[in-house]
Amino acid sequence: MANLLADPDSGLTPAQLAARHGLRVAGQRPSLGRYSGQLWHYRHFISAYAHAKLTASFSNARLGQLWQVLTPLTNAAVYYLIFGLVLEQDRGMNNFIAYLTTGLFIFNFTQTSVQQGTQAISGSLGLIRALHFPRACLPLAITATQFQQLLGSMVVLLGIVVATGEPITLMWLMLVPAVLLQTVFNAGLTMAVARLGAKATDLKQVMPFILRTWMYSSGVLYSVTLFSENLPGWATAIVQYNPMLVYIELARIALLEDTHLLNDSLPLTWLIAVGWSLLAGLGGYLYFWRGEQEYGRG
Amino acid sequence: MVNLEMSNDVTVTLPRIQERIPTVVVDDAHVVYRVYKGAAGNTSPVAAFKRMVTRTSAPNVREVHAVRGVSFTAYRGEAIGLIGSNGSGKSTLLRAIAGLLPVERGAVYTQGQPSLLGVNAALLNDLPGERNVTLGCLAMGMSPAEVRRKLPEIIAFSGINQRGDFASLPMRTYSSGMSARLRFSIAAAKQHDVLLIDEALATGDKAFRKRSEGRVRELRESAGTVFLVSHQLSSVRDTCERTIWLESGEIRMDGPTDDVIRAYNEFANGK
Repeated sequence: MANLLADPDSGLTPAQLAARHGLRVAGQRPSLGRYSGQLWHYRHFISAYAHAKLTASFSNARLGQLWQVLTPLTNAAVYYLIFGLVLEQDRGMNNFIAYLTTGLFIFNFTQTSVQQGTQAISGSLGLIRALHFPRACLPLAITATQFQQLLGSMVVLLGIVVATGEPITLMWLMLVPAVLLQTVFNAGLTMAVARLGAKATDLKQVMPFILRTWMYSSGVLYSVTLFSENLPGWATAIVQYNPMLVYIELARIALLEDTHLLNDSLPLTWLIAVGWSLLAGLGGYLYFWRGEQEYGRG
Repeated sequence: MVNLEMSNDVTVTLPRIQERIPTVVVDDAHVVYRVYKGAAGNTSPVAAFKRMVTRTSAPNVREVHAVRGVSFTAYRGEAIGLIGSNGSGKSTLLRAIAGLLPVERGAVYTQGQPSLLGVNAALLNDLPGERNVTLGCLAMGMSPAEVRRKLPEIIAFSGINQRGDFASLPMRTYSSGMSARLRFSIAAAKQHDVLLIDEALATGDKAFRKRSEGRVRELRESAGTVFLVSHQLSSVRDTCERTIWLESGEIRMDGPTDDVIRAYNEFANGK
Protein backbone atom coordinates (compact mmCIF):
# COMPACT_ATOMS: atom_id res chain seq x y z
CA MET A 1 0.00 0.00 0.00
CA ALA A 2 2.93 2.29 0.62
CA ASN A 3 3.81 2.36 -3.05
CA LEU A 4 0.41 3.62 -4.14
CA LEU A 5 1.00 7.02 -2.68
CA ALA A 6 2.70 9.88 -4.36
CA ASP A 7 4.97 10.88 -1.52
CA PRO A 8 8.25 12.71 -1.85
CA ASP A 9 10.15 9.57 -0.88
CA SER A 10 9.04 7.55 -3.87
CA GLY A 11 11.76 6.58 -6.25
CA LEU A 12 14.44 6.49 -3.60
CA THR A 13 16.35 3.31 -2.86
CA PRO A 14 16.02 2.09 0.72
CA ALA A 15 19.52 3.29 1.52
CA GLN A 16 18.76 6.77 0.19
CA LEU A 17 15.47 6.83 2.06
CA ALA A 18 17.27 5.92 5.27
CA ALA A 19 19.90 8.58 4.70
CA ARG A 20 17.27 11.21 3.91
CA HIS A 21 15.57 10.71 7.27
CA GLY A 22 18.74 10.28 9.26
CA LEU A 23 18.35 6.60 10.07
CA ARG A 24 21.42 4.71 11.16
CA VAL A 25 22.55 1.17 10.52
CA ALA A 26 21.24 -1.00 13.37
CA GLY A 27 23.79 -2.11 15.93
CA GLN A 28 26.61 0.09 14.71
CA ARG A 29 29.45 0.82 17.11
CA PRO A 30 29.41 4.44 18.31
CA SER A 31 32.54 6.56 18.07
CA LEU A 32 34.86 6.55 21.07
CA GLY A 33 33.80 10.02 22.16
CA ARG A 34 30.09 9.21 21.89
CA TYR A 35 30.64 5.92 23.68
CA SER A 36 32.41 7.62 26.56
CA GLY A 37 29.57 10.12 26.75
CA GLN A 38 27.00 7.33 26.90
CA LEU A 39 29.01 5.62 29.58
CA TRP A 40 29.02 8.79 31.65
CA HIS A 41 25.26 9.07 31.18
CA TYR A 42 24.91 5.51 32.52
CA ARG A 43 27.04 6.07 35.64
CA HIS A 44 23.99 5.69 37.89
CA PHE A 45 23.23 2.37 36.28
CA ILE A 46 26.79 1.19 36.92
CA SER A 47 26.64 2.01 40.62
CA ALA A 48 23.10 0.61 41.02
CA TYR A 49 24.05 -2.56 39.19
CA ALA A 50 27.22 -2.96 41.25
CA HIS A 51 25.27 -2.52 44.45
CA ALA A 52 22.54 -4.89 43.30
CA LYS A 53 25.08 -7.58 42.38
CA LEU A 54 26.66 -7.26 45.80
CA THR A 55 23.32 -7.57 47.57
CA ALA A 56 22.25 -10.45 45.35
CA SER A 57 25.43 -12.40 45.96
CA PHE A 58 24.73 -12.46 49.70
CA SER A 59 20.96 -12.78 49.49
CA ASN A 60 20.96 -16.53 50.05
CA ALA A 61 23.41 -16.48 52.96
CA ARG A 62 22.00 -16.23 56.45
CA LEU A 63 24.74 -13.93 57.70
CA GLY A 64 24.25 -11.72 54.65
CA GLN A 65 26.74 -8.95 54.06
CA LEU A 66 28.73 -9.95 57.13
CA TRP A 67 30.50 -12.33 54.74
CA GLN A 68 32.07 -9.31 53.12
CA VAL A 69 34.27 -9.13 56.21
CA LEU A 70 34.25 -12.79 57.23
CA THR A 71 35.55 -14.11 53.89
CA PRO A 72 38.83 -12.14 53.88
CA LEU A 73 39.30 -12.87 57.59
CA THR A 74 38.91 -16.61 57.13
CA ASN A 75 41.18 -16.49 54.11
CA ALA A 76 43.88 -14.72 56.05
CA ALA A 77 43.56 -17.22 58.92
CA VAL A 78 43.95 -20.22 56.60
CA TYR A 79 46.99 -18.83 54.80
CA TYR A 80 48.58 -17.79 58.08
CA LEU A 81 48.10 -21.30 59.40
CA ILE A 82 49.83 -22.87 56.40
CA PHE A 83 52.46 -20.35 55.36
CA GLY A 84 53.16 -18.80 58.76
CA LEU A 85 52.89 -21.68 61.20
CA VAL A 86 53.34 -24.89 59.14
CA LEU A 87 55.81 -23.80 56.45
CA GLU A 88 57.40 -21.03 58.57
CA GLN A 89 57.78 -18.62 55.67
CA ASP A 90 58.11 -15.59 57.92
CA ARG A 91 61.95 -15.70 57.63
CA GLY A 92 62.61 -13.49 60.58
CA MET A 93 60.11 -10.91 59.46
CA ASN A 94 58.80 -8.75 62.29
CA ASN A 95 55.16 -8.79 61.40
CA PHE A 96 54.37 -11.66 59.07
CA ILE A 97 50.63 -11.65 59.74
CA ALA A 98 50.27 -8.06 58.56
CA TYR A 99 52.65 -8.70 55.64
CA LEU A 100 50.59 -11.69 54.53
CA THR A 101 47.16 -10.15 54.92
CA THR A 102 48.15 -6.95 53.09
CA GLY A 103 49.37 -8.94 50.12
CA LEU A 104 46.40 -11.25 50.22
CA PHE A 105 43.72 -8.55 50.30
CA ILE A 106 45.34 -6.39 47.65
CA PHE A 107 45.85 -9.38 45.36
CA ASN A 108 42.35 -10.64 45.99
CA PHE A 109 40.93 -7.33 44.71
CA THR A 110 42.48 -7.91 41.28
CA GLN A 111 41.96 -11.64 41.31
CA THR A 112 38.21 -11.52 41.90
CA SER A 113 37.71 -8.66 39.44
CA VAL A 114 39.46 -10.60 36.69
CA GLN A 115 37.76 -13.85 37.55
CA GLN A 116 34.31 -12.31 37.41
CA GLY A 117 35.29 -10.19 34.43
CA THR A 118 35.67 -13.25 32.21
CA GLN A 119 31.95 -13.80 32.72
CA ALA A 120 30.86 -10.17 32.63
CA ILE A 121 29.38 -10.56 29.14
CA SER A 122 28.66 -14.27 28.94
CA GLY A 123 26.93 -14.24 32.33
CA SER A 124 24.58 -11.35 31.54
CA LEU A 125 23.33 -12.34 28.11
CA GLY A 126 19.71 -11.95 29.20
CA LEU A 127 20.28 -8.33 30.16
CA ILE A 128 22.38 -7.65 27.07
CA ARG A 129 19.82 -9.09 24.68
CA ALA A 130 16.96 -7.27 26.35
CA LEU A 131 18.27 -3.77 26.83
CA HIS A 132 20.62 -1.40 25.10
CA PHE A 133 23.29 0.23 27.18
CA PRO A 134 27.03 0.63 26.71
CA ARG A 135 28.32 -2.83 27.52
CA ALA A 136 31.35 -1.46 29.34
CA CYS A 137 28.92 -0.86 32.22
CA LEU A 138 29.11 -4.56 33.06
CA PRO A 139 32.88 -4.98 33.62
CA LEU A 140 32.97 -1.55 35.28
CA ALA A 141 30.19 -2.60 37.65
CA ILE A 142 32.26 -5.66 38.57
CA THR A 143 35.24 -3.47 39.36
CA ALA A 144 33.01 -1.21 41.42
CA THR A 145 31.57 -4.18 43.33
CA GLN A 146 35.04 -5.47 44.09
CA PHE A 147 36.12 -2.00 45.14
CA GLN A 148 33.28 -1.94 47.65
CA GLN A 149 34.38 -5.39 48.85
CA LEU A 150 37.93 -4.10 49.19
CA LEU A 151 36.76 -1.26 51.43
CA GLY A 152 35.24 -3.88 53.72
CA SER A 153 38.47 -5.86 53.70
CA MET A 154 40.48 -2.69 54.37
CA VAL A 155 38.69 -2.15 57.66
CA VAL A 156 39.69 -5.68 58.65
CA LEU A 157 43.22 -5.14 57.37
CA LEU A 158 43.78 -1.91 59.26
CA GLY A 159 42.46 -3.65 62.36
CA ILE A 160 44.96 -6.48 61.93
CA VAL A 161 47.81 -4.08 61.22
CA VAL A 162 47.15 -2.08 64.38
CA ALA A 163 46.52 -5.18 66.48
CA THR A 164 49.88 -6.62 65.45
CA GLY A 165 51.66 -3.57 66.79
CA GLU A 166 52.17 -1.28 63.79
CA PRO A 167 51.99 2.44 64.56
CA ILE A 168 49.48 4.67 62.80
CA THR A 169 51.54 7.04 60.66
CA LEU A 170 51.01 9.58 57.90
CA MET A 171 52.36 6.95 55.50
CA TRP A 172 48.94 5.31 55.69
CA LEU A 173 47.63 8.05 53.40
CA MET A 174 49.78 6.59 50.63
CA LEU A 175 47.34 3.71 50.55
CA VAL A 176 44.70 5.91 48.92
CA PRO A 177 46.52 6.72 45.64
CA ALA A 178 47.96 3.21 45.53
CA VAL A 179 44.53 1.60 45.72
CA LEU A 180 43.08 4.09 43.21
CA LEU A 181 45.82 3.27 40.70
CA GLN A 182 45.13 -0.41 41.23
CA THR A 183 41.41 0.17 40.68
CA VAL A 184 42.08 1.77 37.29
CA PHE A 185 44.39 -1.12 36.45
CA ASN A 186 41.69 -3.59 37.46
CA ALA A 187 38.99 -1.82 35.47
CA GLY A 188 41.08 -2.02 32.31
CA LEU A 189 42.04 -5.62 32.87
CA THR A 190 38.45 -6.59 33.66
CA MET A 191 37.24 -5.00 30.41
CA ALA A 192 39.92 -6.82 28.45
CA VAL A 193 39.10 -10.24 29.89
CA ALA A 194 35.38 -9.51 29.51
CA ARG A 195 35.82 -9.20 25.75
CA LEU A 196 38.06 -12.27 25.63
CA GLY A 197 35.64 -14.28 27.74
CA ALA A 198 32.66 -13.26 25.61
CA LYS A 199 34.06 -15.21 22.65
CA ALA A 200 36.41 -17.76 24.20
CA THR A 201 34.21 -19.39 26.81
CA ASP A 202 37.03 -21.78 27.75
CA LEU A 203 38.83 -18.87 29.36
CA LYS A 204 36.75 -19.37 32.48
CA GLN A 205 38.37 -22.79 32.97
CA VAL A 206 41.91 -21.53 32.35
CA MET A 207 41.69 -18.37 34.44
CA PRO A 208 42.15 -19.93 37.89
CA PHE A 209 45.52 -21.37 36.85
CA ILE A 210 46.72 -18.12 35.35
CA LEU A 211 45.67 -16.26 38.46
CA ARG A 212 47.33 -18.73 40.78
CA THR A 213 50.61 -18.47 38.87
CA TRP A 214 50.31 -14.72 39.05
CA MET A 215 49.74 -14.88 42.79
CA TYR A 216 52.89 -16.96 43.35
CA SER A 217 54.94 -14.53 41.29
CA SER A 218 53.64 -11.53 43.22
CA GLY A 219 55.13 -12.42 46.59
CA VAL A 220 51.83 -12.62 48.38
CA LEU A 221 52.36 -15.62 50.62
CA TYR A 222 56.08 -15.49 51.30
CA SER A 223 58.86 -12.99 51.63
CA VAL A 224 59.77 -11.29 48.34
CA THR A 225 63.43 -11.72 49.22
CA LEU A 226 62.97 -15.28 47.99
CA PHE A 227 62.88 -13.92 44.45
CA SER A 228 66.21 -12.09 44.62
CA GLU A 229 67.83 -14.99 46.47
CA ASN A 230 66.70 -17.82 44.21
CA LEU A 231 65.99 -16.37 40.76
CA PRO A 232 68.64 -15.39 38.18
CA GLY A 233 69.14 -11.64 37.90
CA TRP A 234 67.09 -11.13 34.72
CA ALA A 235 64.11 -13.01 36.18
CA THR A 236 64.13 -10.87 39.31
CA ALA A 237 64.22 -7.80 37.08
CA ILE A 238 61.08 -9.04 35.32
CA VAL A 239 59.32 -9.82 38.60
CA GLN A 240 60.08 -6.27 39.74
CA TYR A 241 57.85 -4.98 36.95
CA ASN A 242 54.99 -7.30 37.85
CA PRO A 243 52.08 -4.88 38.40
CA MET A 244 50.59 -6.89 41.25
CA LEU A 245 53.90 -7.07 43.10
CA VAL A 246 54.20 -3.31 42.71
CA TYR A 247 50.71 -2.54 44.05
CA ILE A 248 51.24 -4.92 46.96
CA GLU A 249 54.62 -3.39 47.80
CA LEU A 250 53.12 0.10 47.81
CA ALA A 251 50.45 -1.03 50.28
CA ARG A 252 53.08 -2.70 52.45
CA ILE A 253 55.28 0.40 52.45
CA ALA A 254 52.24 2.43 53.49
CA LEU A 255 51.13 0.21 56.34
CA LEU A 256 54.18 -1.60 57.72
CA GLU A 257 57.12 -0.04 59.53
CA ASP A 258 59.72 -2.58 58.57
CA THR A 259 59.01 -4.89 55.68
CA HIS A 260 60.80 -6.90 53.01
CA LEU A 261 60.73 -5.23 49.59
CA LEU A 262 61.94 -6.23 46.14
CA ASN A 263 61.99 -2.72 44.68
CA ASP A 264 64.49 -0.46 46.47
CA SER A 265 63.52 2.80 44.84
CA LEU A 266 60.17 4.21 45.92
CA PRO A 267 59.84 6.71 43.01
CA LEU A 268 60.49 3.91 40.53
CA THR A 269 57.83 1.77 42.20
CA TRP A 270 55.31 4.60 41.86
CA LEU A 271 56.33 5.11 38.25
CA ILE A 272 55.70 1.44 37.44
CA ALA A 273 52.36 1.58 39.27
CA VAL A 274 51.21 4.64 37.29
CA GLY A 275 52.49 3.15 34.04
CA TRP A 276 50.60 -0.08 34.46
CA SER A 277 47.44 1.67 35.50
CA LEU A 278 47.50 3.91 32.41
CA LEU A 279 48.42 1.07 30.08
CA ALA A 280 45.80 -1.35 31.36
CA GLY A 281 43.12 1.32 31.90
CA LEU A 282 43.31 2.89 28.44
CA GLY A 283 44.27 -0.28 26.58
CA GLY A 284 41.50 -2.32 28.17
CA TYR A 285 38.92 0.38 27.48
CA LEU A 286 39.90 0.71 23.80
CA TYR A 287 40.01 -3.03 23.35
CA PHE A 288 36.57 -3.47 24.90
CA TRP A 289 35.04 -0.62 22.88
CA ARG A 290 36.29 -2.09 19.61
CA GLY A 291 34.24 -5.23 20.27
CA GLU A 292 31.08 -3.37 21.34
CA GLN A 293 28.86 -4.46 18.45
CA GLU A 294 29.68 -8.16 18.94
CA TYR A 295 28.49 -8.63 22.51
CA GLY A 296 25.38 -10.69 23.01
CA ARG A 297 25.25 -12.05 19.50
CA GLY A 298 25.24 -15.61 18.33
CA MET B 1 -0.15 8.99 9.25
CA VAL B 2 -1.84 7.44 6.25
CA ASN B 3 -3.59 4.15 6.43
CA LEU B 4 -5.33 2.10 3.83
CA GLU B 5 -8.77 3.67 4.21
CA MET B 6 -7.32 7.05 3.41
CA SER B 7 -5.18 5.84 0.58
CA ASN B 8 -8.18 4.32 -1.14
CA ASP B 9 -9.74 7.69 -1.70
CA VAL B 10 -6.43 9.33 -2.21
CA THR B 11 -7.69 11.88 -4.74
CA VAL B 12 -10.09 13.38 -2.22
CA THR B 13 -7.78 13.61 0.75
CA LEU B 14 -4.63 14.50 -1.12
CA PRO B 15 -4.05 17.87 0.54
CA ARG B 16 -4.20 16.27 3.98
CA ILE B 17 -1.47 13.75 3.37
CA GLN B 18 1.50 14.49 5.59
CA GLU B 19 4.94 13.29 4.87
CA ARG B 20 5.43 9.89 6.38
CA ILE B 21 8.57 9.47 8.38
CA PRO B 22 10.25 6.08 8.14
CA THR B 23 11.61 4.68 11.39
CA VAL B 24 12.82 1.28 10.23
CA VAL B 25 14.08 0.51 6.75
CA VAL B 26 14.96 -3.10 6.05
CA ASP B 27 16.73 -3.51 2.73
CA ASP B 28 17.10 -7.06 1.40
CA ALA B 29 18.26 -8.34 4.78
CA HIS B 30 19.71 -11.82 5.12
CA VAL B 31 20.44 -13.20 8.58
CA VAL B 32 22.55 -16.29 9.00
CA TYR B 33 23.38 -17.57 12.41
CA ARG B 34 25.29 -20.45 13.83
CA VAL B 35 23.50 -22.95 16.00
CA TYR B 36 25.27 -25.24 18.37
CA LYS B 37 23.70 -28.62 18.16
CA GLY B 38 24.92 -29.36 21.65
CA ALA B 39 25.91 -32.95 22.24
CA ALA B 40 24.81 -34.05 18.78
CA GLY B 41 28.32 -34.14 17.34
CA ASN B 42 31.29 -36.06 18.66
CA THR B 43 32.15 -34.04 21.75
CA SER B 44 34.75 -36.33 23.34
CA PRO B 45 38.01 -34.64 24.35
CA VAL B 46 39.96 -36.68 21.80
CA ALA B 47 37.71 -35.53 18.97
CA ALA B 48 37.95 -31.93 20.14
CA PHE B 49 41.73 -32.17 20.23
CA LYS B 50 41.80 -33.69 16.74
CA ARG B 51 39.74 -30.79 15.46
CA MET B 52 42.12 -28.31 17.04
CA VAL B 53 45.11 -30.00 15.39
CA THR B 54 43.49 -30.36 11.97
CA ARG B 55 41.90 -26.90 12.29
CA THR B 56 38.44 -27.96 11.24
CA SER B 57 35.43 -26.32 12.82
CA ALA B 58 33.35 -28.27 15.25
CA PRO B 59 30.79 -30.51 13.55
CA ASN B 60 28.10 -29.49 16.01
CA VAL B 61 27.91 -25.98 14.55
CA ARG B 62 25.44 -25.57 11.74
CA GLU B 63 24.55 -22.44 9.85
CA VAL B 64 20.90 -21.52 9.61
CA HIS B 65 19.73 -19.06 7.00
CA ALA B 66 16.86 -17.69 9.05
CA VAL B 67 15.92 -14.52 7.15
CA ARG B 68 16.24 -14.55 3.37
CA GLY B 69 16.04 -11.20 1.67
CA VAL B 70 13.38 -9.31 3.60
CA SER B 71 12.63 -5.72 2.58
CA PHE B 72 10.07 -3.34 4.04
CA THR B 73 9.75 0.14 5.46
CA ALA B 74 7.99 0.96 8.71
CA TYR B 75 6.71 4.43 9.44
CA ARG B 76 6.20 6.51 12.54
CA GLY B 77 2.92 5.76 14.27
CA GLU B 78 2.51 2.31 12.77
CA ALA B 79 1.97 -0.90 14.70
CA ILE B 80 3.08 -3.85 12.65
CA GLY B 81 2.23 -7.44 13.46
CA LEU B 82 4.61 -10.21 12.48
CA ILE B 83 2.99 -13.59 12.00
CA GLY B 84 4.08 -16.92 10.59
CA SER B 85 4.55 -20.50 11.70
CA ASN B 86 7.21 -21.50 14.24
CA GLY B 87 10.72 -21.09 12.93
CA SER B 88 9.73 -18.73 10.14
CA GLY B 89 12.28 -16.13 11.24
CA LYS B 90 10.06 -13.67 13.11
CA SER B 91 12.15 -13.41 16.26
CA THR B 92 15.37 -13.42 14.27
CA LEU B 93 14.11 -10.49 12.21
CA LEU B 94 13.26 -8.56 15.38
CA ARG B 95 16.72 -9.19 16.78
CA ALA B 96 18.28 -7.96 13.56
CA ILE B 97 16.21 -4.77 13.78
CA ALA B 98 17.28 -4.33 17.39
CA GLY B 99 20.89 -4.56 16.23
CA LEU B 100 21.58 -7.69 18.25
CA LEU B 101 22.22 -9.95 15.26
CA PRO B 102 24.36 -8.88 12.34
CA VAL B 103 22.93 -9.09 8.84
CA GLU B 104 24.88 -11.25 6.44
CA ARG B 105 23.81 -9.25 3.40
CA GLY B 106 21.62 -6.20 2.92
CA ALA B 107 21.08 -3.63 5.66
CA VAL B 108 18.78 -2.58 8.49
CA TYR B 109 18.45 1.14 9.18
CA THR B 110 16.69 2.40 12.28
CA GLN B 111 15.83 5.65 13.94
CA GLY B 112 17.26 5.85 17.43
CA GLN B 113 17.83 2.64 19.29
CA PRO B 114 15.02 0.08 18.98
CA SER B 115 14.20 -1.77 22.19
CA LEU B 116 13.49 -5.45 22.09
CA LEU B 117 11.08 -6.79 24.64
CA GLY B 118 11.29 -10.55 24.77
CA VAL B 119 10.07 -13.16 27.19
CA ASN B 120 13.58 -14.12 28.22
CA ALA B 121 14.65 -10.63 29.14
CA ALA B 122 16.01 -11.62 32.52
CA LEU B 123 16.90 -9.13 35.19
CA LEU B 124 18.38 -10.08 38.56
CA ASN B 125 16.21 -12.80 40.00
CA ASP B 126 17.66 -12.58 43.50
CA LEU B 127 16.53 -9.01 43.91
CA PRO B 128 13.08 -7.68 44.76
CA GLY B 129 10.79 -6.49 41.98
CA GLU B 130 11.23 -2.87 43.00
CA ARG B 131 14.99 -3.02 42.70
CA ASN B 132 14.63 -4.64 39.31
CA VAL B 133 12.39 -1.81 38.18
CA THR B 134 15.02 0.71 39.29
CA LEU B 135 17.79 -1.21 37.56
CA GLY B 136 15.80 -1.74 34.38
CA CYS B 137 14.88 1.93 34.14
CA LEU B 138 18.47 3.04 34.75
CA ALA B 139 19.59 0.53 32.11
CA MET B 140 17.24 2.22 29.66
CA GLY B 141 19.04 5.47 30.36
CA MET B 142 16.61 7.22 32.73
CA SER B 143 17.92 9.58 35.39
CA PRO B 144 17.58 8.53 39.06
CA ALA B 145 14.98 11.25 39.69
CA GLU B 146 12.88 10.05 36.75
CA VAL B 147 13.10 6.49 38.05
CA ARG B 148 11.87 7.50 41.50
CA ARG B 149 8.94 9.29 39.91
CA LYS B 150 7.98 6.39 37.70
CA LEU B 151 8.51 3.53 40.16
CA PRO B 152 5.01 3.52 41.73
CA GLU B 153 3.41 3.89 38.28
CA ILE B 154 5.30 0.89 36.92
CA ILE B 155 4.50 -1.31 39.92
CA ALA B 156 0.85 -0.35 39.69
CA PHE B 157 0.72 -1.01 35.97
CA SER B 158 2.30 -4.45 36.31
CA GLY B 159 -0.32 -5.35 38.92
CA ILE B 160 2.14 -7.58 40.82
CA ASN B 161 0.90 -6.15 44.10
CA GLN B 162 -2.64 -7.38 43.53
CA ARG B 163 -1.96 -10.45 45.68
CA GLY B 164 -0.16 -8.75 48.52
CA ASP B 165 3.16 -6.99 48.59
CA PHE B 166 5.15 -8.84 45.94
CA ALA B 167 7.18 -5.83 44.83
CA SER B 168 9.50 -6.23 47.81
CA LEU B 169 9.99 -9.98 47.31
CA PRO B 170 12.81 -11.39 45.17
CA MET B 171 11.84 -11.98 41.56
CA ARG B 172 12.65 -15.67 41.80
CA THR B 173 9.48 -16.06 43.88
CA TYR B 174 7.32 -14.71 41.04
CA SER B 175 5.26 -16.82 38.71
CA SER B 176 6.29 -16.69 35.07
CA GLY B 177 3.30 -14.54 34.25
CA MET B 178 4.12 -12.06 37.00
CA SER B 179 7.72 -11.58 35.96
CA ALA B 180 6.73 -11.22 32.31
CA ARG B 181 4.24 -8.55 33.35
CA LEU B 182 6.84 -6.69 35.36
CA ARG B 183 9.30 -6.81 32.46
CA PHE B 184 6.73 -5.47 30.05
CA SER B 185 5.83 -2.69 32.47
CA ILE B 186 9.47 -1.67 32.81
CA ALA B 187 10.04 -1.58 29.07
CA ALA B 188 6.78 0.22 28.39
CA ALA B 189 7.60 2.95 30.91
CA LYS B 190 9.95 4.64 28.50
CA GLN B 191 9.12 6.41 25.29
CA HIS B 192 10.72 4.30 22.58
CA ASP B 193 11.17 5.36 18.99
CA VAL B 194 10.85 1.73 18.01
CA LEU B 195 9.54 -0.96 20.33
CA LEU B 196 9.85 -4.60 19.38
CA ILE B 197 7.61 -6.95 21.33
CA ASP B 198 8.30 -10.66 21.06
CA GLU B 199 5.45 -12.73 22.49
CA ALA B 200 5.73 -10.75 25.72
CA LEU B 201 2.03 -10.03 25.96
CA ALA B 202 1.05 -13.67 25.73
CA THR B 203 1.97 -14.63 29.30
CA GLY B 204 -0.14 -12.12 31.16
CA ASP B 205 -3.72 -12.77 32.18
CA LYS B 206 -6.66 -11.29 30.35
CA ALA B 207 -6.91 -8.09 32.37
CA PHE B 208 -3.22 -7.41 31.92
CA ARG B 209 -3.40 -8.09 28.20
CA LYS B 210 -6.13 -5.49 27.90
CA ARG B 211 -4.02 -2.96 29.76
CA SER B 212 -0.87 -3.71 27.79
CA GLU B 213 -2.67 -3.48 24.47
CA GLY B 214 -3.88 -0.06 25.58
CA ARG B 215 -0.31 0.89 26.46
CA VAL B 216 0.94 -0.26 23.05
CA ARG B 217 -1.68 1.97 21.45
CA GLU B 218 -0.51 4.91 23.56
CA LEU B 219 3.10 4.34 22.60
CA ARG B 220 2.08 4.33 18.98
CA GLU B 221 0.08 7.50 19.24
CA SER B 222 3.02 9.32 20.75
CA ALA B 223 4.77 8.76 17.44
CA GLY B 224 6.57 5.51 18.01
CA THR B 225 6.60 2.40 15.89
CA VAL B 226 5.64 -0.90 17.45
CA PHE B 227 6.40 -4.37 16.14
CA LEU B 228 4.49 -7.25 17.64
CA VAL B 229 5.34 -10.91 17.19
CA SER B 230 2.51 -13.11 18.33
CA HIS B 231 0.81 -16.39 17.68
CA GLN B 232 -2.37 -14.99 19.12
CA LEU B 233 -3.93 -13.57 16.01
CA SER B 234 -6.59 -11.82 18.07
CA SER B 235 -4.03 -9.65 19.82
CA VAL B 236 -2.39 -8.82 16.48
CA ARG B 237 -5.81 -7.90 15.10
CA ASP B 238 -6.55 -5.68 18.10
CA THR B 239 -3.28 -3.74 18.08
CA CYS B 240 -1.89 -3.69 14.56
CA GLU B 241 -3.35 -2.28 11.37
CA ARG B 242 -0.50 -3.60 9.24
CA THR B 243 0.81 -7.15 9.31
CA ILE B 244 3.75 -8.89 7.73
CA TRP B 245 3.49 -12.63 7.21
CA LEU B 246 6.84 -14.40 7.19
CA GLU B 247 7.29 -17.95 5.98
CA SER B 248 10.71 -19.69 5.82
CA GLY B 249 12.47 -16.37 6.21
CA GLU B 250 10.72 -14.66 3.31
CA ILE B 251 7.86 -12.18 3.26
CA ARG B 252 4.77 -14.02 2.11
CA MET B 253 2.47 -11.03 2.42
CA ASP B 254 2.60 -7.46 3.71
CA GLY B 255 -0.56 -5.43 4.05
CA PRO B 256 -3.64 -4.59 6.13
CA THR B 257 -3.98 -6.95 9.09
CA ASP B 258 -7.41 -8.33 8.14
CA ASP B 259 -6.32 -9.35 4.65
CA VAL B 260 -3.08 -10.90 5.82
CA ILE B 261 -4.69 -12.81 8.66
CA ARG B 262 -7.37 -14.16 6.35
CA ALA B 263 -4.75 -15.41 3.90
CA TYR B 264 -2.67 -16.81 6.76
CA ASN B 265 -5.64 -18.69 8.19
CA GLU B 266 -6.43 -20.20 4.81
CA PHE B 267 -2.80 -21.26 4.49
CA ALA B 268 -2.67 -22.74 8.01
CA ASN B 269 -5.94 -24.63 7.61
CA GLY B 270 -5.08 -25.91 4.15
CA LYS B 271 -1.80 -27.40 5.29
